[in-house]
Amino acid sequence: MLQDWAPVLVFLILVTGFAVVSVVMSYVMGVKKPNSRKLAPYECGMQPTGTARERFSVKFYLVAMLFLLFDIEAVFLFPWAVVYRDLRIFGFLEMLLFIAAILAGYIYVWKKGALEWER
Amino acid sequence: MIEYLISPEFLLMMAKIVGIFGGVMGSLAYLTWLERKVMARVQMRPGPTRVGPFGLLQPIADGLKFLFKEDIIPTQANKFLFILAPIVALIPALLSFSVIPFGPRLQVADLSVGLLFIFAITSLGVYGIVLGGWASNSKYPLMGAMRSSAQMISYELSLTLSVVGVLMIANTLSLGELVTAQQGTWFGFIPRWNIFLQPVAFVIYVVSAIAETNRLPFDLAESEQELVGGWHTEYSSMKFAMFMLAEYANMLTVSALATILFLGGWTGPAFGPDWLRMVLPTIWFVGKISVFIFFYVLLRSTLPRFRYDQLMKFSWKVLLPLALANILITSLIVAIS
Repeated sequence: MLQDWAPVLVFLILVTGFAVVSVVMSYVMGVKKPNSRKLAPYECGMQPTGTARERFSVKFYLVAMLFLLFDIEAVFLFPWAVVYRDLRIFGFLEMLLFIAAILAGYIYVWKKGALEWER
Repeated sequence: MIEYLISPEFLLMMAKIVGIFGGVMGSLAYLTWLERKVMARVQMRPGPTRVGPFGLLQPIADGLKFLFKEDIIPTQANKFLFILAPIVALIPALLSFSVIPFGPRLQVADLSVGLLFIFAITSLGVYGIVLGGWASNSKYPLMGAMRSSAQMISYELSLTLSVVGVLMIANTLSLGELVTAQQGTWFGFIPRWNIFLQPVAFVIYVVSAIAETNRLPFDLAESEQELVGGWHTEYSSMKFAMFMLAEYANMLTVSALATILFLGGWTGPAFGPDWLRMVLPTIWFVGKISVFIFFYVLLRSTLPRFRYDQLMKFSWKVLLPLALANILITSLIVAIS
């Protein structure tokens, strides 16, 4: 069982090596003529104003929370789908209840306006 | 231990790994050439022509150029995370090729949970984008990273949910078995591909896949006119190339996955002498992927960009309920039959 993963581990080592080597290579081989303008954050040629460590809209947090809720549902659906033929009608009814509960939550979220981006 | 290292299985495994890695890297390089050439033709330009015949050596020249360019790390940036981000973006993008079956035996590892593995690995790619955008400590990259992460997690939902219908029919998570389950034909001429059983899931998958890879018309993360370059604005030289490489690798992965899940993977008519029968499956597989890639490039060169609120609305209010309805209807039909 665990042996199946050995090639994946070798592949991971190869890929990591490739990524690290390319970063190091470009550092070693690239020209280095830094100046203060070049190292400043890019702002379309203007003098950079203010800081980039601003607060951002709460909507992004909301999306992340909703994603967690529905992704857990997706995770539950995967094993169910794989053994679905063995579970027969029992599995169908069980999952109907589960999806109904999720759907109720989904309708609540929609009605609350959490899915409206422009507000 | 030493015996294992010189055993035929180990050598075969290493040959497969090196072959697939080399093949993927080569096709990634030529993907950039293909995209530039096709887009140029759509816009009635000749595209790259100067380096080699038809500009065929352009990817090599580009790679060398990236290597010798100045490696700029902005003074305000968080150095460690700034360097780490492209590595974090590239590793999962390339690692997913370790479970993709390019042919009947041309697969590095046929995991029993191959599909879950790919979903788990590719969803790590968003970390590279968020880290890169945040560590740059600049406004455009930050905004691009925020948008991109919200977009990717939204579309990941419909992507994963669209696959559930296929799993109900195939009853396996192993990518190799998913392909073999689609061998054969109905009535002698219609191939047993899942696309005919799950057309809605296929559409949902393709749309979410384009959004997942941040391609037009969903490339809000790097919309040039608003955000300069999105999360990789501050990146230069090889680090920038690694972000691009990761994006193209993800494009290849989702196309390969679409082929495996819906279009029968490497299955296809086999004919001719033995050596041809050996390579034909791989040719079919690559051909099917190429159709997807070509479709992506055509989309990019023809469609305008979504607005951000439209993008989020489309994911949460159209694709998600559609995917859920598809699961319910599929489960009902499978339960009855």
